[in-house]
Amino acid sequence: MDFDHTEERRMLSDTIGKFITKNYPIEKRVIAANSDLGFSKENWLKFHELGVSHALFSEEFNGFGGHGFDIAVVFEALGKGLVVEPIFGSLIAGDILSHSEEHSDILQDIILGTKRVAFAHFEEQSGYEGNNIVTKASDGKISGVKSMVQFANGVDNLIVSATDCDELKLYLVNAKADGINISDYQTVDGGRAAEITLNNVIGKELRINAEEVLVSTLGKGILALSSEALGIMEHIKELTIKYLQTRSQFGLQLGKFQALQHRVAQVLLEIEQARSAIINASTSLQDTGDQREKSLSACKMTIGRVGQLVAEEAIQMHGGIGMTWEYELGHYAKRLIMIDHELGDEDYHIAKFSSYYMS
Amino acid sequence: MDVNFTKKQEEFRSEVREFLTSVIPIKLADKIEHNKPLSKEDMQNWHNILNKKGWLASSWPQKYDGTGWGVVEQFIFEDELAAANAPRIVPFGLRMLAPVLMKFGTKDQCDYWLPRILNGSDWWCQGYSEPGAGSDLASLKTSAIKDGDHYIVNGQKTWTTLAQHANMIFNLVRTSNEGKPQQGISFLMIDMSSPGIEVRPIKTIDGGHEINEVWFTNVRVPIENLVGEENKGWTYAKYLLSHERNNIATVGISKKKLQKLKDIAKIEKRNGRPLIKDPLFAARLAKLEVNLLNMETTNLRVLSEAEKGGEPGAESSMLKIIGSEICQELDHLQRRAAGRYGRIFRPEALEDGFNGEEIGPFFAHTASSTYFNNRKVSIYGGSNEIQKNIITKMIVRL
Repeated sequence: MDFDHTEERRMLSDTIGKFITKNYPIEKRVIAANSDLGFSKENWLKFHELGVSHALFSEEFNGFGGHGFDIAVVFEALGKGLVVEPIFGSLIAGDILSHSEEHSDILQDIILGTKRVAFAHFEEQSGYEGNNIVTKASDGKISGVKSMVQFANGVDNLIVSATDCDELKLYLVNAKADGINISDYQTVDGGRAAEITLNNVIGKELRINAEEVLVSTLGKGILALSSEALGIMEHIKELTIKYLQTRSQFGLQLGKFQALQHRVAQVLLEIEQARSAIINASTSLQDTGDQREKSLSACKMTIGRVGQLVAEEAIQMHGGIGMTWEYELGHYAKRLIMIDHELGDEDYHIAKFSSYYMS
Repeated sequence: MDVNFTKKQEEFRSEVREFLTSVIPIKLADKIEHNKPLSKEDMQNWHNILNKKGWLASSWPQKYDGTGWGVVEQFIFEDELAAANAPRIVPFGLRMLAPVLMKFGTKDQCDYWLPRILNGSDWWCQGYSEPGAGSDLASLKTSAIKDGDHYIVNGQKTWTTLAQHANMIFNLVRTSNEGKPQQGISFLMIDMSSPGIEVRPIKTIDGGHEINEVWFTNVRVPIENLVGEENKGWTYAKYLLSHERNNIATVGISKKKLQKLKDIAKIEKRNGRPLIKDPLFAARLAKLEVNLLNMETTNLRVLSEAEKGGEPGAESSMLKIIGSEICQELDHLQRRAAGRYGRIFRPEALEDGFNGEEIGPFFAHTASSTYFNNRKVSIYGGSNEIQKNIITKMIVRL
């Protein structure tokens, strides 16, 4: 048994951490996250130079990672810095394309950061399940509406799901193709999303088993989001401890009040539980079948519950300052809570986990 | 024992309901229904409508042109305000300053300031918290030093709600450094247009602007603006808190929010069925509803005690804690009900006359912002931790 990350992974984590400390101040992050693009193009390229994207893919695709622990390490490090650049989108799109024999050129561009591809799968009625897609394809022409597509503005391509004769398929689409309308807006946690209307849009069908690939890829997505949340929680923990050590009321440091000591202790132990959930999920990621799905649901439901606790307790223990836009905590708290709104919330994953009891 | 309202009280409720639904402007009710931001004019218009009927000062005695209602009638009135999607009555002048003036102010002060609150001449804000004095309010430092027939005020207040709309502020100021910190505090009314006052906006995490910093640099305040005695301000501030018990739990608003939440949960789908049929969501909803039902009875018990003339004890603090937790849980569940659309942030879609595209369910546009904004309710007005200190201090008596 060994719960330490490999030296390579620790080095990568350090490299990302140092870059963030030096070049990614929260003030600039907030400005970029609330800009028209929703992130900084400059930082997008810099993160790729550091190798964040290479770490998400195996050597077969010119990467140097692709294991569950690689995803966990990268996204935890990004979460600590509240990185808004859509590296998550590259993981999803790249992972889908990696199952296809074709399109290795686009995959390489994704890994290098020279191309961005958005994942246009979920629809208004599809909820977290994504299992009743009504977008239709016929003769390679796609029509339908996709919702909450992350960072769709300015992408080069879209990966679009659609059913053709009741069979779910995935298509690679040029984002500037005729018949596409991208209507984008801000999200609560900074960054952008979009509603995308496709009207007889020409797409290239990916020759993969779409259902299977989606399960595999979205599982990686759950691990990535959960790890990002863990990084955020670690940072919130640091902020809160520092605040309890420095802020005084009634002539005492806040940290001297037992009422707060017990609450921060609960937060600390729950974050350790969340870290364990991520270790379990990272380990199971290479499996297939129920064990993998259960482990991922266990992870996401833990993150949902603990994330809410950490965000709410940190704001409460900070008091008024925790409510302000100017202080960094609120931005971290918003992203942490919003992660529960992606790829299934706590309740969704409790239900999914418990559905295996009878199987 | 009878938990029911009397026949007379039920008749009163009908009268209030009939009136409110007949006078509330449709556009205003729509803003409340959809959680849209209110302008200063919206709030003033609503005050004027209630004032014309004589119901704006629902908690004041008739002597000061209030309604003279008992606490149960006031409770019913609040219930119906919420049910009618009416804006909340802005509390600073009507419910915070006025009771202090009536109890501790001079006749001249009451005669001058109270009518101005009613007719909208003054918009008050509350200058209590400071950067170094939040939960530990008594450590406040903003100073008021006597200079002839004026006080000279220096210092900074913070978290001042709606100061951007206000022309008057009631301030706790330090007039003495002798004895315990509580003993040197005075209660001072200050004209916001006085030279030396600067209001700086504070943007909150939901992107909104409700709160402000208010800075005082050599601000001259006439000594007749002192309320009560010098160095007794702490007593007046405490009096205010213990008399907030009538409406501190905001039962009416929470009942209305619960109803909206149920309506939403009947429409939104999870796993192909209405959210309200999702056992996990339904369990969350049931626990919340039962808490709220219990709170309503707890609140009515407190009111009943107050009607009999009982002195307020720790009840305000209890109701504040329960009320804020229920408010926050309602917002949490509404956020959860928004699902993937809970991340949407389009403040422009909340503006008057917006005619852009519809995206997702409309309630999702404000669900998360409201959830984050209302993290404040367990922090402001004495954080819930301070309320718990008050409860144990009053009941456990260690």
